[in-house]
Amino acid sequence: MLDGYADAGNTMTQDHDMTQSPTDTRQTVAEFVGATKRFGEVLAADRIDLRIRRGEFLSFLGPSGCGKTTALRMLAGFESPTEGEVLIDGREVGGMPAYRRPVNMVFQHYALFPHMTVAENVGYGLRQRRPRLPKHEIADRVIRALATVRLDDFAQRRIWELSGGQQQRVALARAIINEPKILLLDEPMAALDAKLRGEMQRELLDLQRSLGITFVLVTHDQEEALSMSDRICIMGHGRIIQVGTPQDLYDRPRSRYVADFVGKANIVEGQIAARHSGWAQAALGNGVHVLVQDEPDDTRTHVDIAIRPEALSLVRRSDPTPAATAALPAMVTHRTFLGDHTEYLLTAEGIGTLQVNAPRAAERVAGGHDVGAYVHVLWPEQTGLVLAADS
Amino acid sequence: MRLYALAVYAFLYLPIGIIALFSFSAGRSASSMQGFSLQWYGRALNNPFVMEALWTSVRVAFLSALLATLVGTMAALALTGMRGRMRATFDLLVQIAVMIPGIVIGIATLIALVSVFGLVNPWLEAATGWKLSLGAGSLIGAHGLFTMSLVVLLVRGRMETLDPALIEASNDLGATPFGTFRQVTLPQILPAILAGFLLAFTFSFDDFIIAFFVAGAETTLPIYVFSSIRRGVTPEINAIGTMVMAASLTVLIVAQLLLRRSQAQQRR
Ligand SMILES: Nc1ncnc2c1ncn2[C@@H]1O[C@H](COP(=O)(O)OP(=O)(O)OP(=O)(O)O)[C@@H](O)[C@H]1O
Ligand SMILES: [Mg+2]
Repeated sequence: MLDGYADAGNTMTQDHDMTQSPTDTRQTVAEFVGATKRFGEVLAADRIDLRIRRGEFLSFLGPSGCGKTTALRMLAGFESPTEGEVLIDGREVGGMPAYRRPVNMVFQHYALFPHMTVAENVGYGLRQRRPRLPKHEIADRVIRALATVRLDDFAQRRIWELSGGQQQRVALARAIINEPKILLLDEPMAALDAKLRGEMQRELLDLQRSLGITFVLVTHDQEEALSMSDRICIMGHGRIIQVGTPQDLYDRPRSRYVADFVGKANIVEGQIAARHSGWAQAALGNGVHVLVQDEPDDTRTHVDIAIRPEALSLVRRSDPTPAATAALPAMVTHRTFLGDHTEYLLTAEGIGTLQVNAPRAAERVAGGHDVGAYVHVLWPEQTGLVLAADS
Repeated sequence: MRLYALAVYAFLYLPIGIIALFSFSAGRSASSMQGFSLQWYGRALNNPFVMEALWTSVRVAFLSALLATLVGTMAALALTGMRGRMRATFDLLVQIAVMIPGIVIGIATLIALVSVFGLVNPWLEAATGWKLSLGAGSLIGAHGLFTMSLVVLLVRGRMETLDPALIEASNDLGATPFGTFRQVTLPQILPAILAGFLLAFTFSFDDFIIAFFVAGAETTLPIYVFSSIRRGVTPEINAIGTMVMAASLTVLIVAQLLLRRSQAQQRR
C-alpha cells in the first residue's frame, strides 16, 4: 500500500512545498525507475522510483538493512539493478561501469589509499583522465581541493598520520576534485565522535552550497538527515516509504513508520465522527473529540492519529482549559529533566501512554508536575494527524 | 620445562653451530677445531667446481622463483575472484601441494618428464635434429611447480585482507580495471609477492631431493656438496654449508620483514 507514496503524483505535491528553496529551475540529475535489486532471496531494493534534482541535498534515511546503501551503489555503478532502470542525466546507465560514471563516492571508512600521500590520494581521479591532464594542472587543482577542505598543510602527509576527521576531509577532497554530477556519501559521519560530527555536518553543508553539486547522503541518523537535507527519502524493507522536505516529513508523516522514525510521536486510536475537506472530527478512546488533519479521500472510520510530544502541554486539573483545545485527564508516571525541556510520560484514561515535552520556559512560569500528579493533557485543535494504514 | 626446551633447541641447532664453528678451523679435520682461520672459505671460493655449482644454483633458483612468482600470483588473483566449490577445490589442491614430500615430487616429476620426452623427442629430433633432456630446464620447471603453491598461499593471504572498498574507490575515481590493478592492488600485494619470490628462491637454492632426480647432468651446490661428502668431509664442505645457510637465512629474514610490513600496512 505504501509504495504509492513515492509515485509521480506525490512528487508533484512536494514540488509545491519546495517553493522556498533557493533554485527555481530544478531539473532531474538522476532517476530510479522501478529499480529493483535482488541478492539471491534478499530483496535489497524493491521497485524504487525517485527523481534526484540537480543541486539538491537528498538523504536516504532508514533503519539498518533497509537498502539505503544498495540504492547508493546502484547510482555509483557497483551494483546494477536486477529489474528497472537507473538514469543519470537522462541516460540509462544500467550497463555502464563505475569508472565511466560522472559520480563520485565518499566511503564509510573513507577507503583512502594507504600507499599514497594525501596529495596523491586527492589527485588520483584527475590522473585517470584520458587524454592526460598536464602535471601542473593536476597539482594546482589538488592544492585548491585541499584548501577547500582546509588541509593546505597536509599535502605530503601519509594517510595514517591523519585523524579521523582529517581522513574524512581527504576523502571529500578526493571526490569533489573530479567535479562529479552527484556526490554520494555513505554514512560518512558514522565513524566520527559526536562533536566532530556536528562540525563536519556544517562543513559539508557549506561545501554543498558553495559547489552547487548534488549530494546524496545515506544515514540512519534522523537528526543528521533532518538538519542537512533539502529532501529526505525514508526507506524501509527495500522500498521508498515517503519522500519530502524535513518539515514535510515531520509535520505530515503519512504512516506510523515515518512518524516513529522522524522525531518522536504519540500514536493513539480514534473513531472518525465527521469529515470536512481535509479535516476530521475524531473521538479518542476516552470519548473526547479532537479536530485532526486527514487525507480528503480517506474513508476509514477507525484510524491511528499521530501527535508530537511538543504539541501537547500539561495543566493541573483545576486549571481552566483554553479555547479550541481538548483536555485529556491523565496521571504523570515518569518525569525526565533534559535541560531545555522536560519529558513527561503519562497514563491517559482510555488512551494509554502519552509523552509530553514541556519547554523549560513554560515550566519556569507555571511550575512542573510531580510523578503521580493528576493533570490534564492539552491537545490543541488541528495539531494531530490521521495516519495512513501501514502495509 | 625450560630445561627441556633448552635441550630441544640444543639438539636442533648444536650440529649446525658446530659445522659453522669447524668451518673456521685451521686444521684438515672436518670434525675437530684446530686454531682459527678463514682458509677453507678461501679454498671454497677459489674452487672452480664450487663456483660453477653455485652459479647453476643461483640461476636455477632465480628463474624457478621468477616462474613460480608469475604463475603463482596470477593463480592467486584468479582464485580471489572465485567462489564456492571451485574455490574450495583449488584451495585444497594448493595446500596439498605444499605438504607433498619432496621425494614424491622428485620421482613424480622425473617420471612425467621422461615419459613426455619419450613421446616428443623422436618427433622433435626428426624435425629439428635437437631433443629435450633432463637439465637446468627440467629443474627450473620442477622447482617452479612446487614453489608456486607457496606463492599462491602468501599472495592469497594478502588479497584476502585487502579492503575491497579500495578497489571500489579506485573504480569510482575513474580507473579502469587494469589501472586499478596497477595503481592499487599491485602496490598493496607487492610485499607479499616479493616475499613469495624470496621463499621460492631459498627453497630452490637449498633443495637437494628434487634436484637429485631431475637435474640430469647439471650440478647444483647441494648436489656438489652431497657428491663431495662421499669422498670424505673436509672443512671446505663445512665452509660451503655455512655460507649457503647464511645466505638462505638472510633471504628468509628479508622475506619475513616484507611480510610483516605488509601486515602492518593493512592494520593502518
Ligand atoms: N552483496 C550482497 N550480497 C547479499 N546480500 C546483500 C548484499 N548487499 C546487501 N545485501 C542485503 O541487502 C539488504 C540491504 O542492504 P543495504 O546494505 O543496502 O542496507 P543499508 O540500508 O545500507 O543498511 P545499513 O544501515 O546497515 O548499512 C540487507 O538485507 C543486506 O543483507
Ligand atoms: Mg549501508
